[in-house]
Amino acid sequence: MFLKAFAVGGAICTIAQLLINYTKITSGKILVTFLLLGVVLQAFGLYKYLVDFAGAGATVPISGFGYLLAQGAIDGAKESLFGAITGGITAAGAGITAAIVFGYIFALIFRVRSKKN
Amino acid sequence: MRKRTLIFKNKPKLIATATVAGPKEGIGPIGEYIETVLDDDLFGEKTFEKAERKMISRAIGKAIGNAGLEERDIGAIIAGDLLNQIISSSFACRDFDIPFLGVYNACSTMSEAFLIGGVLVDGGYCENVLCATGSHFSSAERQYRYPLELGNTRPPQAQWTVTGAGAAVLSAEGTGPKLVSATVGKVVDYGVTDANNMGSAMAPAAMEVTCTHFKESGLKPEDYDLVVTGDLGAFGSRIYKDLMWEKGFDIGKCHVDCGEMIYNIREDEFQGGSGAGCSAVVFNSYIYQKLLKKQYKRVLLVATGALLSSVSSQQGDSIPSIAHAVAFES
Amino acid sequence: MQSERNANFNRNYNDYICSVAPKTKEARTLLRAFFVGGTICCIGQFIRFALEYWAGLSGTELAAYVSMIMIFLGAFLTGIGVYDRIGKYAGGGSIVPITGFANSVVSPAMEFKSEGFVYGTASKMFVIAGPIIVFGVASSVLVGLIYYVYFLVI
Repeated sequence: MFLKAFAVGGAICTIAQLLINYTKITSGKILVTFLLLGVVLQAFGLYKYLVDFAGAGATVPISGFGYLLAQGAIDGAKESLFGAITGGITAAGAGITAAIVFGYIFALIFRVRSKKN
Repeated sequence: MRKRTLIFKNKPKLIATATVAGPKEGIGPIGEYIETVLDDDLFGEKTFEKAERKMISRAIGKAIGNAGLEERDIGAIIAGDLLNQIISSSFACRDFDIPFLGVYNACSTMSEAFLIGGVLVDGGYCENVLCATGSHFSSAERQYRYPLELGNTRPPQAQWTVTGAGAAVLSAEGTGPKLVSATVGKVVDYGVTDANNMGSAMAPAAMEVTCTHFKESGLKPEDYDLVVTGDLGAFGSRIYKDLMWEKGFDIGKCHVDCGEMIYNIREDEFQGGSGAGCSAVVFNSYIYQKLLKKQYKRVLLVATGALLSSVSSQQGDSIPSIAHAVAFES
Repeated sequence: MQSERNANFNRNYNDYICSVAPKTKEARTLLRAFFVGGTICCIGQFIRFALEYWAGLSGTELAAYVSMIMIFLGAFLTGIGVYDRIGKYAGGGSIVPITGFANSVVSPAMEFKSEGFVYGTASKMFVIAGPIIVFGVASSVLVGLIYYVYFLVI
């Protein structure tokens, strides 16, 4: 399992690095691209196979976050229209909450250091 | 016909300089020539912007002291920096009882200040004029690029903004290297859009002003011991030399670049230093002292500036650039 | 392209710049991205096993906890000033994992602390990561609506 996670996670990151090398796009756009990739793949029901195969290798990259959003929306859509609209952010709520809360706390605790090199 | 090269008849003297630089510059090849090297680039302040301000203020104060003058002897401070609304220079000048002229030409501000200062002193309007600029890596990084702690890689064309400030006193009387002529640059834009590749955006502007200077002054590259560009970096310098060669000037033997000189280029600075502080620190320390010792007889300082802002580059505009040439004789 | 509307645009010069510009060391960056990205995912996998084994979590709850812990780690490493070093070394390898998302939230939050806790830290927090939330939520709603209509039709 670790080997699979390593290989798949590494491969996703290598694709990102290829994008960076060839298009010079910045980290924010890289993240958005991979997130949308995850959403689209799961919209066609494909990303799930990658998750089943590689575990954290597929969920830890940001495309896994996109998978979570899309899967949440699909599950919600089975229930109601309301579920279809809120399902995505409900599923991703934990991640977003963690980012905001930890982000704010660590920003309060730590100070920016100048780069030495 | 319009002439862009000013000949200073009374030859204002560069009677004193002062430089302040961060720890990274201090361990560089010209570190021993820098007057004040900081242990910590926060300089005891809370923010990097405040540190930049304090560096410029310190450089101005030291330069006045080194010249043996008092604040009331200085006719004007001509200063600028990279931060929005040149806050570092104007806030630094709160500390002084001296008239202030704020100027901005990005990283070529040092030579612009020399040029304007030269005009004021040569024309007899001021007895002494103080020229100063500075920049800070961390404040520039935040304004032009990304937060410091963001984990992204720097592309191989990137340069490193110099943490440092330099100040110099131009005077009608006294001894020191003489400011003999200056060529005003014009804005040149060849359409380079990559904000990480400023050397190649600025090289045409440097080429344009250097060629004009040679043509109008009748001098040749061989007449100068040194043609110093501001912050083209290693890659930009190569392009600059190629462009000059194309115009029929061989400057390979006498050209150096402040950006290339200031750091031991290991991995991250890649092409070398940049920023307003780059030419200010290198010229006012190393080159000034060599001029004083007459090891260099004639030096042409061509500080280059990329006139972009974070807004213009986000809107996809190319990078207009400028350079001014000022010639010193020992 | 915007720049080509510029009257001064010099195609020869730009082509020349491209041809002589220093190149990225391709193989090295790819290898580093693969290695670091894989390692971060392995850490995620370890946390996943650990939570499954000791806390008995499963399904979406497990996935949510794993990503929360990864975000915590990313935020912490950013705070102590390590993540930017990793990022410098690994490039895409540390941007794409969810820890990179945490990094892009925490780094502007720390940077803009000097402008205050409300208009500095809090409002600048999503300067880089904001688009991720915007596009993520918007696209998930789109997917949800399409599936909703799809389920209605069937």
